[in-house]
Amino acid sequence: MMELDLSGFESCPLFPGGVVADHGENPLAAASFQLPACSDFDGFQKDAIQMTKPAKGTTTLAFVFKEGVIVAADSRATMGGYISSQSVKKIVEINPHMLGTIAGGAADCQFWHRNLGIKCRLHELANKRRISVTGASKLLANILYSYKGMGLSVGTMIAGWDEKGPGLYYVDNEGGRLKGTRFSVGSGSPYAYGVLDSGYQFNMSVEEAAELARRAIYHATFHDGASGGVASVYHVGPQGWKKLSGDDVGELHYKYYPMILTPTEQEMADTSAA
Amino acid sequence: MECVFGLVGDGFALVAADSSAVNSILVHKSNEDKIMILDSHKLLGASGEAGDRVQFTEYIQKNVHLYEFRNGIPLSTAAAANFTRGELAQALRKSPYSVNILLAGYDKDIGPSLYYIDYIATLHKVDKGAFGYGSFFSLSMMDRHYHSGMSLKEAVDLVDKCIVEIRTRLVVSPPNFVIKIVDKDGAKEYAWRETIKDAEEPTA
Repeated sequence: MMELDLSGFESCPLFPGGVVADHGENPLAAASFQLPACSDFDGFQKDAIQMTKPAKGTTTLAFVFKEGVIVAADSRATMGGYISSQSVKKIVEINPHMLGTIAGGAADCQFWHRNLGIKCRLHELANKRRISVTGASKLLANILYSYKGMGLSVGTMIAGWDEKGPGLYYVDNEGGRLKGTRFSVGSGSPYAYGVLDSGYQFNMSVEEAAELARRAIYHATFHDGASGGVASVYHVGPQGWKKLSGDDVGELHYKYYPMILTPTEQEMADTSAA
Repeated sequence: MECVFGLVGDGFALVAADSSAVNSILVHKSNEDKIMILDSHKLLGASGEAGDRVQFTEYIQKNVHLYEFRNGIPLSTAAAANFTRGELAQALRKSPYSVNILLAGYDKDIGPSLYYIDYIATLHKVDKGAFGYGSFFSLSMMDRHYHSGMSLKEAVDLVDKCIVEIRTRLVVSPPNFVIKIVDKDGAKEYAWRETIKDAEEPTA
Protein backbone atom coordinates (compact mmCIF):
# COMPACT_ATOMS: atom_id res chain seq x y z
CA MET A 1 0.00 0.00 0.00
CA MET A 2 1.30 3.41 -0.82
CA GLU A 3 1.44 5.71 2.13
CA LEU A 4 1.29 9.42 2.10
CA ASP A 5 3.50 10.84 4.79
CA LEU A 6 2.11 14.01 6.33
CA SER A 7 4.31 14.33 9.38
CA GLY A 8 7.41 15.61 7.69
CA PHE A 9 9.57 13.62 10.11
CA GLU A 10 10.55 10.91 7.68
CA SER A 11 14.03 11.23 6.33
CA CYS A 12 13.82 8.12 4.19
CA PRO A 13 14.42 8.62 0.51
CA LEU A 14 11.13 9.34 -1.25
CA PHE A 15 9.86 7.25 -4.13
CA PRO A 16 8.75 9.04 -7.26
CA GLY A 17 5.47 10.77 -6.59
CA GLY A 18 6.42 11.76 -3.07
CA VAL A 19 5.35 8.60 -1.28
CA VAL A 20 7.25 6.85 1.45
CA ALA A 21 8.12 3.14 1.54
CA ASP A 22 5.86 0.95 3.61
CA HIS A 23 7.20 0.14 7.08
CA GLY A 24 4.36 -1.72 8.73
CA GLU A 25 6.42 -3.12 11.60
CA ASN A 26 7.96 0.15 12.68
CA PRO A 27 6.20 1.24 15.87
CA LEU A 28 7.47 4.77 15.41
CA ALA A 29 6.01 4.97 11.93
CA ALA A 30 5.02 8.47 10.96
CA ALA A 31 1.37 9.43 10.99
CA SER A 32 -0.05 8.70 7.56
CA PHE A 33 -3.13 7.36 5.86
CA GLN A 34 -3.30 4.88 3.06
CA LEU A 35 -4.41 5.75 -0.42
CA PRO A 36 -5.64 3.22 -2.95
CA ALA A 37 -2.91 2.17 -5.36
CA CYS A 38 -3.94 3.98 -8.51
CA SER A 39 -2.63 6.68 -10.76
CA ASP A 40 -5.67 8.96 -10.82
CA PHE A 41 -6.94 9.23 -7.26
CA ASP A 42 -9.53 11.95 -7.91
CA GLY A 43 -11.01 10.06 -10.83
CA PHE A 44 -11.09 6.91 -8.75
CA GLN A 45 -12.93 8.73 -5.98
CA LYS A 46 -15.51 10.04 -8.43
CA ASP A 47 -16.02 6.56 -9.88
CA ALA A 48 -16.34 5.05 -6.42
CA ILE A 49 -19.03 7.54 -5.44
CA GLN A 50 -20.80 7.03 -8.78
CA MET A 51 -20.79 3.25 -8.21
CA THR A 52 -22.80 3.64 -5.03
CA LYS A 53 -25.40 5.77 -6.81
CA PRO A 54 -27.92 3.19 -7.89
CA ALA A 55 -29.75 3.49 -11.20
CA LYS A 56 -33.46 2.94 -11.00
CA GLY A 57 -34.57 1.11 -14.10
CA THR A 58 -38.32 1.32 -13.95
CA THR A 59 -41.30 3.60 -14.46
CA THR A 60 -43.67 4.35 -11.62
CA LEU A 61 -46.05 7.24 -11.24
CA ALA A 62 -48.72 8.52 -8.92
CA PHE A 63 -50.96 11.55 -8.86
CA VAL A 64 -53.67 13.08 -6.70
CA PHE A 65 -56.98 14.09 -8.19
CA LYS A 66 -60.55 14.75 -7.15
CA GLU A 67 -61.41 11.12 -6.46
CA GLY A 68 -58.20 10.15 -4.64
CA VAL A 69 -54.82 8.93 -5.79
CA ILE A 70 -53.93 6.88 -8.85
CA VAL A 71 -50.77 4.76 -8.59
CA ALA A 72 -49.33 3.01 -11.63
CA ALA A 73 -46.14 1.14 -12.48
CA ASP A 74 -44.53 -1.15 -15.05
CA SER A 75 -43.28 -4.63 -14.14
CA ARG A 76 -39.88 -5.14 -15.72
CA ALA A 77 -36.68 -6.00 -13.84
CA THR A 78 -33.32 -5.70 -15.59
CA MET A 79 -29.81 -6.76 -14.73
CA GLY A 80 -27.72 -4.62 -17.02
CA GLY A 81 -28.98 -5.46 -20.49
CA TYR A 82 -30.73 -8.66 -19.45
CA ILE A 83 -34.42 -8.63 -18.67
CA SER A 84 -34.61 -10.78 -15.59
CA SER A 85 -38.35 -10.56 -15.11
CA GLN A 86 -41.42 -9.12 -16.81
CA SER A 87 -43.72 -9.68 -13.86
CA VAL A 88 -42.37 -7.82 -10.87
CA LYS A 89 -44.87 -6.36 -8.42
CA LYS A 90 -43.79 -2.75 -8.12
CA ILE A 91 -46.80 -1.52 -6.17
CA VAL A 92 -46.74 -2.81 -2.60
CA GLU A 93 -49.66 -2.74 -0.23
CA ILE A 94 -48.46 -1.21 3.04
CA ASN A 95 -51.89 -1.41 4.62
CA PRO A 96 -55.44 -1.42 3.21
CA HIS A 97 -55.33 2.38 2.90
CA MET A 98 -51.78 2.99 1.76
CA LEU A 99 -49.69 1.97 -1.21
CA GLY A 100 -46.00 2.27 -1.90
CA THR A 101 -44.15 2.04 -5.20
CA ILE A 102 -40.83 0.36 -5.85
CA ALA A 103 -38.02 1.90 -7.85
CA GLY A 104 -34.40 0.96 -7.39
CA GLY A 105 -33.37 -2.12 -5.46
CA ALA A 106 -36.30 -4.52 -5.20
CA ALA A 107 -35.01 -6.06 -1.98
CA ASP A 108 -34.44 -2.69 -0.33
CA CYS A 109 -37.88 -1.41 -1.30
CA GLN A 110 -39.74 -4.59 -0.36
CA PHE A 111 -37.99 -4.89 2.98
CA TRP A 112 -38.42 -1.26 4.02
CA HIS A 113 -42.03 -1.11 2.85
CA ARG A 114 -42.78 -4.21 4.93
CA ASN A 115 -40.98 -2.59 7.84
CA LEU A 116 -43.03 0.57 7.31
CA GLY A 117 -46.20 -1.52 7.33
CA ILE A 118 -45.18 -2.97 10.69
CA LYS A 119 -44.48 0.49 12.12
CA CYS A 120 -47.83 1.78 10.81
CA ARG A 121 -49.65 -1.11 12.48
CA LEU A 122 -47.81 -0.49 15.76
CA HIS A 123 -48.83 3.17 15.53
CA GLU A 124 -52.46 2.10 15.10
CA LEU A 125 -52.29 -0.14 18.14
CA ALA A 126 -50.54 2.45 20.28
CA ASN A 127 -52.69 5.42 19.28
CA LYS A 128 -56.02 3.77 18.41
CA ARG A 129 -56.11 5.57 15.06
CA ARG A 130 -54.71 5.01 11.63
CA ILE A 131 -51.43 6.70 10.81
CA SER A 132 -51.53 9.62 8.39
CA VAL A 133 -49.71 9.53 5.04
CA THR A 134 -47.58 12.41 6.34
CA GLY A 135 -46.56 10.35 9.36
CA ALA A 136 -45.89 7.17 7.42
CA SER A 137 -43.75 8.91 4.84
CA LYS A 138 -41.80 10.74 7.57
CA LEU A 139 -41.10 7.40 9.32
CA LEU A 140 -39.71 5.97 6.10
CA ALA A 141 -37.74 9.13 5.23
CA ASN A 142 -36.05 9.19 8.63
CA ILE A 143 -35.05 5.54 8.32
CA LEU A 144 -33.62 6.07 4.84
CA TYR A 145 -31.80 9.21 5.97
CA SER A 146 -30.08 7.28 8.72
CA TYR A 147 -28.75 4.87 6.06
CA LYS A 148 -27.70 7.69 3.73
CA GLY A 149 -24.53 6.98 1.78
CA MET A 150 -24.57 3.26 2.60
CA GLY A 151 -25.79 2.12 -0.79
CA LEU A 152 -29.52 1.69 -0.28
CA SER A 153 -31.46 2.17 -3.49
CA VAL A 154 -35.01 3.28 -2.82
CA GLY A 155 -37.08 5.69 -4.88
CA THR A 156 -40.58 5.30 -3.57
CA MET A 157 -43.88 7.09 -3.45
CA ILE A 158 -46.23 6.70 -0.51
CA ALA A 159 -49.84 7.20 -1.50
CA GLY A 160 -52.86 6.97 0.74
CA TRP A 161 -56.13 8.41 1.91
CA ASP A 162 -56.21 9.65 5.51
CA GLU A 163 -58.32 12.09 7.55
CA LYS A 164 -56.99 15.02 5.56
CA GLY A 165 -57.96 13.43 2.26
CA PRO A 166 -55.68 12.02 -0.42
CA GLY A 167 -51.94 12.30 0.26
CA LEU A 168 -48.88 11.62 -1.86
CA TYR A 169 -45.23 11.79 -0.85
CA TYR A 170 -42.01 11.01 -2.70
CA VAL A 171 -39.24 9.51 -0.54
CA ASP A 172 -35.80 8.43 -1.73
CA ASN A 173 -32.56 6.89 -0.50
CA GLU A 174 -30.88 10.31 -0.32
CA GLY A 175 -33.25 11.09 2.54
CA GLY A 176 -35.32 13.49 0.47
CA ARG A 177 -39.05 13.70 1.11
CA LEU A 178 -41.41 15.79 -1.01
CA LYS A 179 -45.12 16.36 -0.70
CA GLY A 180 -46.83 16.80 -4.03
CA THR A 181 -49.68 16.14 -6.37
CA ARG A 182 -47.85 14.41 -9.27
CA PHE A 183 -44.70 12.31 -9.20
CA SER A 184 -42.97 9.85 -11.47
CA VAL A 185 -39.89 7.89 -10.47
CA GLY A 186 -37.42 5.79 -12.44
CA SER A 187 -35.52 5.76 -15.69
CA GLY A 188 -38.76 6.05 -17.67
CA SER A 189 -40.07 8.92 -15.58
CA PRO A 190 -39.26 11.80 -17.97
CA TYR A 191 -41.34 10.11 -20.66
CA ALA A 192 -44.16 9.46 -18.24
CA TYR A 193 -44.06 13.06 -16.97
CA GLY A 194 -44.57 14.33 -20.51
CA VAL A 195 -47.80 12.43 -20.98
CA LEU A 196 -48.94 12.89 -17.38
CA ASP A 197 -48.39 16.65 -17.23
CA SER A 198 -50.11 17.39 -20.53
CA GLY A 199 -53.18 15.27 -19.77
CA TYR A 200 -53.63 16.03 -16.08
CA GLN A 201 -56.67 17.77 -14.68
CA PHE A 202 -57.77 17.76 -11.04
CA ASN A 203 -61.41 17.10 -11.97
CA MET A 204 -61.17 13.72 -13.66
CA SER A 205 -63.26 10.64 -13.15
CA VAL A 206 -61.59 7.48 -11.91
CA GLU A 207 -61.73 5.91 -15.40
CA GLU A 208 -60.19 8.97 -17.07
CA ALA A 209 -57.44 9.16 -14.48
CA ALA A 210 -56.69 5.44 -14.79
CA GLU A 211 -56.50 5.77 -18.56
CA LEU A 212 -54.11 8.72 -18.21
CA ALA A 213 -51.88 6.70 -15.91
CA ARG A 214 -51.99 3.66 -18.18
CA ARG A 215 -51.11 5.77 -21.19
CA ALA A 216 -48.23 7.46 -19.39
CA ILE A 217 -46.74 4.09 -18.36
CA TYR A 218 -47.20 2.74 -21.86
CA HIS A 219 -45.37 5.67 -23.46
CA ALA A 220 -42.54 5.35 -20.96
CA THR A 221 -42.14 1.62 -21.64
CA PHE A 222 -42.09 2.35 -25.36
CA HIS A 223 -39.01 4.56 -25.13
CA ASP A 224 -37.23 3.25 -22.05
CA GLY A 225 -35.57 -0.14 -22.37
CA ALA A 226 -35.52 -0.70 -18.65
CA SER A 227 -39.32 -0.45 -18.39
CA GLY A 228 -41.89 -2.87 -19.77
CA GLY A 229 -44.02 -5.86 -19.00
CA VAL A 230 -47.39 -5.08 -17.52
CA ALA A 231 -48.81 -1.64 -16.72
CA SER A 232 -50.64 -1.94 -13.39
CA VAL A 233 -52.99 0.79 -12.23
CA TYR A 234 -54.32 1.13 -8.67
CA HIS A 235 -56.75 3.63 -7.19
CA VAL A 236 -56.72 4.79 -3.57
CA GLY A 237 -60.05 6.16 -2.42
CA PRO A 238 -61.68 6.93 0.90
CA GLN A 239 -62.47 3.21 1.32
CA GLY A 240 -58.89 2.13 0.63
CA TRP A 241 -56.98 0.94 -2.42
CA LYS A 242 -58.25 -1.16 -5.30
CA LYS A 243 -56.40 -2.59 -8.27
CA LEU A 244 -58.02 -1.33 -11.44
CA SER A 245 -56.11 -2.98 -14.27
CA GLY A 246 -52.98 -4.76 -15.40
CA ASP A 247 -52.38 -4.64 -19.13
CA ASP A 248 -49.47 -5.97 -21.13
CA VAL A 249 -47.83 -2.96 -22.72
CA GLY A 250 -47.31 -4.81 -25.99
CA GLU A 251 -51.05 -5.26 -26.28
CA LEU A 252 -51.60 -1.64 -25.25
CA HIS A 253 -49.38 -0.60 -28.12
CA TYR A 254 -51.63 -2.20 -30.71
CA LYS A 255 -54.70 -0.93 -28.92
CA TYR A 256 -53.49 2.68 -29.11
CA TYR A 257 -51.80 2.35 -32.49
CA PRO A 258 -53.64 -0.34 -34.39
CA MET A 259 -51.96 -1.60 -37.54
CA ILE A 260 -53.42 0.08 -40.57
CA LEU A 261 -53.24 -2.34 -43.44
CA THR A 262 -52.29 -0.42 -46.55
CA PRO A 263 -53.52 -1.86 -49.81
CA THR A 264 -50.64 -3.73 -51.38
CA GLU A 265 -49.09 -1.83 -54.23
CA GLN A 266 -49.42 -3.23 -57.63
CA GLU A 267 -47.04 -6.10 -57.77
CA MET A 268 -44.47 -5.96 -60.43
CA ALA A 269 -45.34 -8.39 -63.11
CA ASP A 270 -42.69 -10.93 -63.89
CA THR A 271 -40.78 -9.87 -66.94
CA SER A 272 -41.26 -12.35 -69.65
CA ALA A 273 -38.18 -14.15 -70.75
CA ALA A 274 -36.49 -12.11 -73.36
CA MET B 1 -29.03 25.37 -9.40
CA GLU B 2 -30.54 26.37 -6.09
CA CYS B 3 -30.58 30.06 -5.32
CA VAL B 4 -30.94 31.56 -1.85
CA PHE B 5 -30.26 35.22 -1.15
CA GLY B 6 -31.18 37.80 1.44
CA LEU B 7 -30.63 41.30 2.72
CA VAL B 8 -31.28 43.55 5.71
CA GLY B 9 -33.46 46.63 5.34
CA ASP B 10 -34.95 49.30 7.54
CA GLY B 11 -36.47 47.40 10.44
CA PHE B 12 -36.76 44.11 8.54
CA ALA B 13 -34.71 41.30 7.04
CA LEU B 14 -35.66 39.52 3.85
CA VAL B 15 -34.80 36.08 2.47
CA ALA B 16 -35.64 34.85 -1.04
CA ALA B 17 -35.17 31.31 -2.31
CA ASP B 18 -36.00 29.35 -5.41
CA SER B 19 -38.60 26.63 -5.02
CA SER B 20 -37.60 23.78 -7.30
CA ALA B 21 -36.90 20.29 -6.02
CA VAL B 22 -34.69 18.69 -8.62
CA ASN B 23 -33.21 15.23 -9.22
CA SER B 24 -30.58 15.26 -12.03
CA ILE B 25 -32.55 16.46 -15.05
CA LEU B 26 -35.99 16.03 -13.53
CA VAL B 27 -37.89 18.74 -11.70
CA HIS B 28 -40.00 16.89 -9.15
CA LYS B 29 -41.64 19.98 -7.74
CA SER B 30 -41.66 23.73 -8.42
CA ASN B 31 -43.29 24.96 -5.23
CA GLU B 32 -41.05 23.53 -2.53
CA ASP B 33 -40.73 25.97 0.36
CA LYS B 34 -37.06 26.20 1.32
CA ILE B 35 -37.39 29.05 3.81
CA MET B 36 -38.30 27.61 7.17
CA ILE B 37 -39.93 29.74 9.84
CA LEU B 38 -37.69 28.91 12.77
CA ASP B 39 -39.77 30.71 15.37
CA SER B 40 -41.92 33.79 15.62
CA HIS B 41 -39.10 36.13 14.59
CA LYS B 42 -36.60 34.02 12.68
CA LEU B 43 -36.30 32.72 9.14
CA LEU B 44 -33.99 30.00 7.91
CA GLY B 45 -33.42 29.86 4.16
CA ALA B 46 -31.52 26.73 3.21
CA SER B 47 -30.14 25.18 0.05
CA GLY B 48 -28.42 21.86 -0.25
CA GLU B 49 -28.69 18.13 -0.68
CA ALA B 50 -32.06 16.45 -0.61
CA GLY B 51 -32.24 14.79 2.78
CA ASP B 52 -29.75 17.03 4.56
CA ARG B 53 -31.62 20.27 3.97
CA VAL B 54 -34.91 19.19 5.52
CA GLN B 55 -33.44 17.02 8.26
CA PHE B 56 -30.89 19.59 9.43
CA THR B 57 -33.23 22.59 9.37
CA GLU B 58 -35.96 20.65 11.17
CA TYR B 59 -33.38 19.60 13.77
CA ILE B 60 -32.40 23.24 14.31
CA GLN B 61 -36.04 24.30 14.47
CA LYS B 62 -36.92 21.68 17.11
CA ASN B 63 -33.88 22.59 19.21
CA VAL B 64 -34.74 26.30 19.05
CA HIS B 65 -38.28 25.46 20.21
CA LEU B 66 -36.89 23.25 22.98
CA TYR B 67 -34.79 26.11 24.30
CA GLU B 68 -37.86 28.33 24.38
CA PHE B 69 -39.92 25.68 26.19
CA ARG B 70 -37.20 24.99 28.71
CA ASN B 71 -36.23 28.56 29.45
CA GLY B 72 -39.39 30.53 28.80
CA ILE B 73 -37.68 32.99 26.47
CA PRO B 74 -36.74 32.59 22.82
CA LEU B 75 -33.16 32.47 21.56
CA SER B 76 -31.70 35.63 20.09
CA THR B 77 -30.86 35.56 16.39
CA ALA B 78 -27.13 35.58 17.11
CA ALA B 79 -27.49 32.69 19.53
CA ALA B 80 -29.52 30.66 17.04
CA ALA B 81 -26.96 31.34 14.32
CA ASN B 82 -24.08 30.30 16.55
CA PHE B 83 -25.95 27.17 17.60
CA THR B 84 -26.54 26.26 13.95
CA ARG B 85 -22.91 26.86 13.09
CA GLY B 86 -21.84 24.78 16.06
CA GLU B 87 -23.94 21.82 14.93
CA LEU B 88 -22.50 22.04 11.42
CA ALA B 89 -18.99 22.24 12.83
CA GLN B 90 -19.50 19.21 15.10
CA ALA B 91 -20.72 17.12 12.21
CA LEU B 92 -18.16 18.45 9.76
CA ARG B 93 -15.42 15.93 10.37
CA LYS B 94 -17.76 13.03 11.03
CA SER B 95 -20.66 13.12 8.61
CA PRO B 96 -21.01 16.63 7.26
CA TYR B 97 -24.31 18.19 6.30
CA SER B 98 -24.29 19.69 2.80
CA VAL B 99 -26.51 22.66 3.60
CA ASN B 100 -25.96 26.37 3.08
CA ILE B 101 -28.02 28.64 5.29
CA LEU B 102 -29.09 32.26 5.49
CA LEU B 103 -30.59 32.94 8.91
CA ALA B 104 -32.58 36.15 9.24
CA GLY B 105 -34.07 37.41 12.48
CA TYR B 106 -35.45 40.36 14.35
CA ASP B 107 -34.51 41.09 17.95
CA LYS B 108 -36.26 43.81 19.90
CA ASP B 109 -33.06 45.44 21.11
CA ILE B 110 -30.85 44.93 18.06
CA GLY B 111 -33.28 45.09 15.18
CA PRO B 112 -33.00 42.98 12.05
CA SER B 113 -29.94 40.84 11.32
CA LEU B 114 -28.79 38.34 8.71
CA TYR B 115 -26.29 35.53 9.17
CA TYR B 116 -24.43 33.69 6.42
CA ILE B 117 -23.67 30.07 7.40
CA ASP B 118 -22.16 27.83 4.78
CA TYR B 119 -21.78 24.05 4.66
CA ILE B 120 -18.32 24.04 6.23
CA ALA B 121 -19.61 25.96 9.23
CA THR B 122 -18.45 29.44 8.29
CA LEU B 123 -20.43 32.10 10.13
CA HIS B 124 -20.66 35.76 9.18
CA LYS B 125 -23.06 38.46 10.20
CA VAL B 126 -23.83 40.25 6.94
CA ASP B 127 -26.06 42.91 5.39
CA LYS B 128 -26.58 40.86 2.24
CA GLY B 129 -25.67 37.36 1.20
CA ALA B 130 -26.34 34.74 -1.42
CA PHE B 131 -25.76 31.04 -2.12
CA GLY B 132 -25.89 28.88 -5.23
CA TYR B 133 -25.35 29.63 -8.91
CA GLY B 134 -27.76 32.55 -8.55
CA SER B 135 -25.25 34.20 -6.25
CA PHE B 136 -23.00 34.90 -9.23
CA PHE B 137 -25.63 37.32 -10.48
CA SER B 138 -27.34 38.53 -7.33
CA LEU B 139 -24.23 39.36 -5.29
CA SER B 140 -22.93 42.00 -7.64
CA MET B 141 -26.42 43.39 -8.19
CA MET B 142 -26.92 43.68 -4.46
CA ASP B 143 -23.49 45.27 -4.08
CA ARG B 144 -24.41 47.86 -6.68
CA HIS B 145 -27.94 48.75 -5.59
CA TYR B 146 -27.98 48.00 -1.88
CA HIS B 147 -27.75 50.69 0.75
CA SER B 148 -28.41 50.37 4.43
CA GLY B 149 -31.88 51.27 5.59
CA MET B 150 -33.75 50.28 2.42
CA SER B 151 -37.51 50.40 2.63
CA LEU B 152 -39.54 47.23 2.04
CA LYS B 153 -40.56 48.42 -1.42
CA GLU B 154 -36.94 49.20 -2.40
CA ALA B 155 -35.76 45.84 -1.06
CA VAL B 156 -38.45 43.85 -2.88
CA ASP B 157 -37.64 45.78 -6.07
CA LEU B 158 -33.99 44.79 -5.68
CA VAL B 159 -34.98 41.16 -5.10
CA ASP B 160 -37.18 41.24 -8.19
CA LYS B 161 -34.28 42.69 -10.19
CA CYS B 162 -32.08 39.82 -8.98
CA ILE B 163 -34.74 37.25 -9.86
CA VAL B 164 -35.12 38.70 -13.36
CA GLU B 165 -31.35 38.63 -13.80
CA ILE B 166 -31.15 35.00 -12.64
CA ARG B 167 -33.98 34.05 -14.98
CA THR B 168 -32.26 35.80 -17.88
CA ARG B 169 -28.70 34.63 -17.40
CA LEU B 170 -28.67 31.31 -15.58
CA VAL B 171 -28.77 28.43 -18.02
CA VAL B 172 -31.23 26.26 -16.10
CA SER B 173 -32.86 28.86 -13.94
CA PRO B 174 -35.52 27.96 -11.42
CA PRO B 175 -38.98 29.11 -12.52
CA ASN B 176 -40.40 30.03 -9.14
CA PHE B 177 -39.19 31.91 -6.07
CA VAL B 178 -40.56 32.56 -2.61
CA ILE B 179 -39.85 35.70 -0.58
CA LYS B 180 -40.21 35.85 3.18
CA ILE B 181 -39.59 38.74 5.53
CA VAL B 182 -39.12 39.13 9.27
CA ASP B 183 -39.76 42.39 11.11
CA LYS B 184 -40.99 43.53 14.51
CA ASP B 185 -44.37 41.91 13.84
CA GLY B 186 -42.86 38.51 13.12
CA ALA B 187 -41.73 36.21 10.36
CA LYS B 188 -44.09 35.72 7.45
CA GLU B 189 -44.32 34.84 3.81
CA TYR B 190 -44.30 37.95 1.69
CA ALA B 191 -44.82 36.76 -1.89
CA TRP B 192 -44.23 34.09 -4.49
CA ARG B 193 -42.75 34.93 -7.88
CA GLU B 194 -44.03 32.22 -10.17
CA THR B 195 -43.69 31.56 -13.86
CA ILE B 196 -44.94 27.97 -13.61
CA LYS B 197 -47.94 27.19 -11.47
CA ASP B 198 -48.14 23.64 -10.17
CA ALA B 199 -51.56 22.05 -10.11
CA GLU B 200 -53.62 23.11 -7.13
CA GLU B 201 -53.29 20.90 -4.07
CA PRO B 202 -56.67 19.48 -3.14
CA THR B 203 -58.23 20.85 0.03
CA ALA B 204 -59.86 18.40 2.45
